[in-house]
Amino acid sequence: MIYLQLFVVFFRVGLFSIGGGLAAMPLLQVELSRVGWVGHQEFIDMLAVSQATPGSIGINMATYAGYKTASVGGAVVATAGMVAPSLIIILLIARFLKHYQHMSGVRHALGVLRAVSAGMIAAVTWFILAEALGGSGSTGLPLPVDVKAIGMFMVFLAAYWKTNGNPVLFILAGGLAGMAVF
Amino acid sequence: MDGYFSPSKALISVDSPKPFPWKALAELVKVFFHIGLFSIGGGYVMLPLMERELVQVRRWLTAREMANYYAIGQATPGVIAINTATFVGYRQAGVVGGIFATLGMVLPSLICIVAIAGLFQQFEHLLWVQQAFRGIRVTVAVLLVVTLGRMIRALHPTVGRMLLVAVSFVAIAVLHWSPIWIVLAALCLGLFLAWYREGAA
Repeated sequence: MIYLQLFVVFFRVGLFSIGGGLAAMPLLQVELSRVGWVGHQEFIDMLAVSQATPGSIGINMATYAGYKTASVGGAVVATAGMVAPSLIIILLIARFLKHYQHMSGVRHALGVLRAVSAGMIAAVTWFILAEALGGSGSTGLPLPVDVKAIGMFMVFLAAYWKTNGNPVLFILAGGLAGMAVF
Repeated sequence: MDGYFSPSKALISVDSPKPFPWKALAELVKVFFHIGLFSIGGGYVMLPLMERELVQVRRWLTAREMANYYAIGQATPGVIAINTATFVGYRQAGVVGGIFATLGMVLPSLICIVAIAGLFQQFEHLLWVQQAFRGIRVTVAVLLVVTLGRMIRALHPTVGRMLLVAVSFVAIAVLHWSPIWIVLAALCLGLFLAWYREGAA
């Protein structure tokens, strides 16, 4: 039964994540905290692991959450659920739409979707800032502030902005710094 | 017992003239497994890698077709790179090809994540692991802030677009609405605007 539930939840997330990249994140966060499969801090840890491993971040997070919930079988089912909507839709388009110019209207619609997507990702970013920089994120505000974390945030923000380096190395450096600082 | 005595004849199917495209499927899985394995850090790494492999090395697609597939991949649910893989698989070997290409693309990350999640469960209670992850959370916040800044810059912000950003931020962070409704509303508004502009032109 847990497999069915996993499939349904991630099918829904996959269906409504339009626009690529981080588009799945807002819905993933809402759905996972609603079902209670993954805690707040764990969500950020998942995000870190997903960014530092091969593949797309949204699908990696689904795999991780599936594994946490129901081991290897759960990981497979969650991944399948996440991929299924787009697989079906793309196969239908490839089969039945010979002239993809029809899509130009949809490309107009994408402008709105991209703006809205940025707003939703801003909301997740706010949540993660509160969790990473505050002592506890339960208030929804980054309070009480964790001075060490904020100092580290400033240094890393300046470094990333300047160097525009590799995110994977950056995450590893964050782990080392965390061991030294906290 | 019949099958045992005449295995080779039984294996050759009589009703379908085309043999099952095992070779094409194995090739698809191989190519997309390779792409999936080396695309660490999400779509921005995947897309250039795919372009080199599919357009320049294997010549399965022209650059123009690739651009079309990206546009469709962006306008449909899911990850652009995986959607492109599904498309290419379909073109090479039909519906089964689409499924196998997708499978090849997803498999490397599935294996990596399961391995890491398994390891993490064994070590998460250790103090130094917890300290490391506190640091990692800070870097994730940094990466997101920078990515968000880039996304907003790429919007070529106008007053209207920034208003949309602000409204959806408030809807999620303050009002706790479901992203599903926001995506649906955005699609309706976008299609209406497209229809309105094309009608006016």
